[in-house]
Amino acid sequence: MKRHLLEAADLDRDDATLVLDTAAQIDSALAGREVKKLPTLRGRTVVNLFYEDSTRTRISFELAAKRLSADVINFSAKGSSVSKGESLKDTALTLEAMGSDAVVIRHGSSGAPHRLAGWVRGSVVNAGDGTHEHPTQALLDAYTIRRRLGRLDGVRVTIVGDVLHSRVARSNVGLLHTLGAEVTLVAPPTLLPLGVGSWPAEVGYDLDAALPKSDVVMMLRVQAERMNASFFPSAREYSRRYGLDADRMAALPEEAIVMHPGPMNRGMEIAADVADSVRSTIVEQVANGVSTRMAVLYLLLGGHA
Amino acid sequence: MSTYLIRGARPLGGDPADILVADGRIAALGDSLSATGAEVVEASGLIALPGLVDLHTHLREPGREDAETVETGSRAAALGGFTAVHAMANTDPVADTAGVVEQVWRLGQEAGLVDVVPVGAVTVGLKGERLAELGAMADSAARVRVFSDDGHCVSDPALMRRALEYVKAFDGVVAQHAEEPRLTVGAQMHEGDRSARLGLAGWPAAAEEAIIARDVLLAQHVGARLHVCHVSTAGSVEILRWAKSRGVRVTAEVTPHHLLLTDACAEGYDPVFKVNPPLRTDADVEALRAGLADGTIDAVGTDHAPHAVEDKESEWAQARPGMLGLEQALSVVIQTMVEPGRLDWAGVADRMSVRPAAIGRLGEHGRPLAPGEPANLVLVDAAARGTVDPAALASRSRNSPYAGRELPGRVVATFLRGTPTVLDGKATR
Repeated sequence: MKRHLLEAADLDRDDATLVLDTAAQIDSALAGREVKKLPTLRGRTVVNLFYEDSTRTRISFELAAKRLSADVINFSAKGSSVSKGESLKDTALTLEAMGSDAVVIRHGSSGAPHRLAGWVRGSVVNAGDGTHEHPTQALLDAYTIRRRLGRLDGVRVTIVGDVLHSRVARSNVGLLHTLGAEVTLVAPPTLLPLGVGSWPAEVGYDLDAALPKSDVVMMLRVQAERMNASFFPSAREYSRRYGLDADRMAALPEEAIVMHPGPMNRGMEIAADVADSVRSTIVEQVANGVSTRMAVLYLLLGGHA
Repeated sequence: MSTYLIRGARPLGGDPADILVADGRIAALGDSLSATGAEVVEASGLIALPGLVDLHTHLREPGREDAETVETGSRAAALGGFTAVHAMANTDPVADTAGVVEQVWRLGQEAGLVDVVPVGAVTVGLKGERLAELGAMADSAARVRVFSDDGHCVSDPALMRRALEYVKAFDGVVAQHAEEPRLTVGAQMHEGDRSARLGLAGWPAAAEEAIIARDVLLAQHVGARLHVCHVSTAGSVEILRWAKSRGVRVTAEVTPHHLLLTDACAEGYDPVFKVNPPLRTDADVEALRAGLADGTIDAVGTDHAPHAVEDKESEWAQARPGMLGLEQALSVVIQTMVEPGRLDWAGVADRMSVRPAAIGRLGEHGRPLAPGEPANLVLVDAAARGTVDPAALASRSRNSPYAGRELPGRVVATFLRGTPTVLDGKATR
C-alpha cells in the first residue's frame, strides 16, 4: 500500500483486494461481539478535516477510527480558524504539529488532498475532493458488490447519472476496472465529461438498452439545480429518461442489485419502491462503509507488521 | 556616457564582428575595430541580437508590490535580454486613465533597466462596459499604443468593434484576451481527457477560437489592427492563418510556456502550472511552434505573471492563474525553436524583437544591428545550460513553471541605448 489514499489509482489490484479482504476479516471478527472495538490503533490520532458538510461520511470515518481505538479529532471548517481565512497549508502544519497520524479530508476543491499530502508527514485519506474522487466510496461499493454477487471479475456495472460532477463515478470507474469489472456509464451527454472516451468504461445515453446487461446498476445523485445551467431541461424529463423506477428495475437480470451512494433524491433518479426493494443495497453500503474504512485506516496506519 | 567595444560577437548568429557602442548608438560594426578609452566586452562565441521586446507582462505596480514592482520586473526583463516590455493594465488601480499609465511609465524610467511601455485598458475598470479614455492615454507622456483588458476578454462584440475603430485615430491596436466568458465559467484547465480525470472544470479550446474568429472578422470589417494575446490552441493558429491570407491586419503572440508545457503539468495539482489560457495538449504545442516558425504567430509574449506565495500555495481552484516568464523566455525559445532548427537567430530576432516592436509602434526598438541604430542589444551564450532555481530569480515572486528544469542559453549582457543593464549575466543596477 502507498502511504496515502488519494485516488483509486493509488490501489493496484493486490492492494484493492487486500482492503476488501481486510474489511471482510474485520466484519467477521466483530460479528456477534457485544463490544465492537479492536485495539489496533490505540494511541494513534486520526483527524477528520471536513471542509464540506457531510454527516454520513464523517460519521462513517469517525466510527471506523473509534472502532480501531484511535483518538479521533473532528475538525470542521465551519466555526474554526478556517472560516477566519486560514489556508489549507497552515491548517496542515497545525495538525502536523499536534502529531496527527492520519488526516481524512473532505474538500470542495479537486486535488486538495494531493496538496495536503505534500505538507504533512502522516497519511492522507481522500474522503471526497471536489469533482475528482472519493476512493473509499468506491471501495465500499466494490465490497458490497463482492458480498452480494460473490465476485467482481467480469461483473457488469452500469453507473447512471451526473458523471460529470461525480467523484463517486470517477473513483468507481477506476477501482472497478482495476478489480476486473466491466463498467458502463449512462447519462445525458451534457453530464458526461468531454474526455470520458479515454476512461476504461463503455459510454451510452440509453438506460433501457443498458439495464438488461447489468449485474449492478449504480444510480448517482442528480442535483435539480443542474437544470438551471441547462444540463437537462427539467427534473421531470431527467427522471423519465434516466430515473430508475419499478418498470425499469424489472428489466434487470434476476440477481442484479441496485446501488446508490446517497443521499438519494427519491422520485428523481430513483423511485421510492426501488430504493426500498430487496435488490437495493443502499443501507448495506452504509454499514459496509464503516468496515471498509476501518480496513483502510488499519492498512495505512497499523498494517506494517 | 561610456563607450563599449564588443569583441567577436556573432550578429544574428552570423560571422563574428566587433560592435562599437558610443553615445547610445551603434557607432561601427566590423572586423578588428579599436577605440581608445572604450570598455571592452569579450563576446567571442556569443550571439548578438537586437534587444528583446515583450508585448505582454504584468509588473503588478501599482497595487501588488508584494508580488512584483516595476523595478524588480524591469530587472527580470533585462536579465532575460529585454530592452522594452509592455506592462498590462490590470493593476490596482487599473491603468485606464492617463494618470495611471504615466505613473507606470515614470516608474519604468526611474528604474532605468528597460523601457516600460504601459498598456492602457480598453474599458473602464476592465469591466467591459464602456471605453476608457483611450485618446488621453495615447496623448499622455506614456504614449500608449497598445490597449488591452488582458485577464478579461472584451466579450461584447459591439464594444469590441468600437474599440478597434476608435484606436485607428492614433494608430493604436487592441490586444484581445480571447476567452468567451460564458464558456469558461469556473474553468480550471484545458478541457480534455486530463480535466475529465482530474475533476477540474474544463476551459474549452473553442472558447478562445470563437472570439478570435469573431474578432478577425470585425477587424477586417472596420479595417483596424487587432492583436491576439497568448494564442494557445491549434485551432486558433488555423484561424489566424486564414485571416492573414485574407489580408486581415491581425497579429498574434504565443507565450514561452505554451511553446513548452502541456496540460500534463496539472497532474499533481500544483497551481504553479495554473495559467490562463491553460496549458494545452501536445498537438497544440506542435501547432504553436509551427505557427511561430512560419510567421502566422508574429511574436513571443511572456505573459509574465508574478504571484505572491500565498496566491499559489493553495488548492488548485483557489490559486491565481499565471506564471513567471521574463527570465526564461529566450531559453525556452532556444530549446523549442532554435535547437530543433525551426527558427534561426534572425528568426528569433524577428519574433522576439522586430515584430513585437512594430506591433507596439516602438521606433527605437527592434532595429537592425547596424551603424547609426540605437544600441539596444543582447549578447547570448547559446551553448550554456543551466537549471532554473526560482530563488535565484530577480523577480519578486517565485512562481516559475521551469523550476528544476534544465534549459539552454544564458543572457550575458544587455544594452539599453548604449548603457549595459546586464554584464557578465548580472544586472548592473
